[in-house]
Amino acid sequence: MIEFHGVSKRFADGTLAVDDFSLLIPSRKTTVLVGSSGCGKTTLLRMINRMVDPTSGYVDIDGDGIAAMPPVSLRRSIGYVMQNSGLLPHRKVIDNVATVPLLTGVPKKEAHARALELLDTVGLDRSLADRYPSQLSGGQQQRVGVARGLAVNPNILLMDEPFGAVDPIVRADLQHELIRLQRDLDKTVVFVTHDIDEAFLLGDQVVILQVGAHIEQQGAPSDILANPANEFVADFVGSARGKRRLMVDETADSRGDDLVLIDGAGYPAGVVDAPGGVLPGAGSSPKSRSISNKTDQAGDA
Amino acid sequence: MQWLWENRDLVFGLSLEHVRLSVIPIIGGFIACIPLGWLANRFRMTRAIQLTIFGILFTIPSLALFVTLPSVLGTKILNPINVVVALTIYAIAIMVRGAADAFASVPRDVIESANAVGFSSASRFWTVEFPLAGPVLLANLRVVSVTTVSLLSVGALVGNGALGYLFINGYQRDFPTEIMIGIVFTLVIAVVFDQILVLIGRILMPWARRPRRSPRALMVRGAA
Repeated sequence: MIEFHGVSKRFADGTLAVDDFSLLIPSRKTTVLVGSSGCGKTTLLRMINRMVDPTSGYVDIDGDGIAAMPPVSLRRSIGYVMQNSGLLPHRKVIDNVATVPLLTGVPKKEAHARALELLDTVGLDRSLADRYPSQLSGGQQQRVGVARGLAVNPNILLMDEPFGAVDPIVRADLQHELIRLQRDLDKTVVFVTHDIDEAFLLGDQVVILQVGAHIEQQGAPSDILANPANEFVADFVGSARGKRRLMVDETADSRGDDLVLIDGAGYPAGVVDAPGGVLPGAGSSPKSRSISNKTDQAGDA
Repeated sequence: MQWLWENRDLVFGLSLEHVRLSVIPIIGGFIACIPLGWLANRFRMTRAIQLTIFGILFTIPSLALFVTLPSVLGTKILNPINVVVALTIYAIAIMVRGAADAFASVPRDVIESANAVGFSSASRFWTVEFPLAGPVLLANLRVVSVTTVSLLSVGALVGNGALGYLFINGYQRDFPTEIMIGIVFTLVIAVVFDQILVLIGRILMPWARRPRRSPRALMVRGAA
């Protein structure tokens, strides 16, 4: 469990990146901080491993204040995955995965054996172990980054837009791999992204942030989708709404009792039982005819 | 050729001397430039100051430096230390800017990521920043190496020029062959040094030379 207590951060140049932020991040769940660039989400993430220290307020991990913990050992106990993988270009894949165990003095042989297992875990072929990062594709590099983050078997995994720099197909692949991993590993994941679709797909808890890390809304994806707290959230969530809305396919032959539902891209998403060709509970407003849920997001991606 | 054969002991001895006198400044300059380059890259102020100081040092004519160093160091004029010290100063002057650039060439996000996973600053410097600065450091070291080998000949004017002796002697005797031999042997030493440096670079920095292979050929698991 990670707790932010009234945390603020003012950088040396005077910008107030985080303004009085409080949040409880539950253990063994994925919490996604989502917001546009410059909203302070990365600063929040970096406060958890003391890459950034708050100007005021404090952060606790499992009830212990991290301000008293030495940054280097704290960071070694927390997995960190960043955009563009952040791998060390002069080290082979296997040494990159084993970076932290080797730093903490684990014998090389043992660290390498564990690193090979981790390559399996993240779905990489062991034959890649002796390559350098530049010889891997973007998606493979990100997988190595995730494996490195998992190398010390940390309770907490921080992910800073880890899939931001790969193409959409690879990204979808990596997202589902992360969901699978999280099902097996049960880590406390804090994930930062500006992509609301990604946030809804991955998050158990989603926190929507405005400039200064002001929380606009937090909760389960379905709650946020169903009841946006304010216009900003509705707008932010709605930028992708076209994709999420299902509608009756007017072109389909609907003389029977079934109506075909299509998604924003025009693909059939399902069939509803509609006696007499009328959608149950359908009024005249288009809003009531749109059905939003998370599952068809998963289907999209 | 006949002259070379008859004077092979002299030329061989001078060549050895040349190697000996130029290796020290090259290595010394390199070692001195690591902390200087790091400092210059770390603090904006020191960079400006260092670059100015060494910029000025480099403009001192080499002969003037050879002549004045004995009084500064308290050594005899014929002592080879004078030449070695002077060449070390030049090596640093040439290399300090390049060393600063080398440390600046280490990608910012790699340093950030090293911090994020828990490198201490000392281990980050020696195992991340220094090796990644390597290719640019090496490029600068090669310039220093060639410059030092050729500049050493000027030392002949103060009695410690190794192969430079052949230039002066050949000029005084109006004997071009001797000068040619001097040039050829200086060139050979410069080329050999350069190739040794390239080889060391290949051994120590294997990641820098491997060609990028097509990621497609390495794909596992479909799209990844």
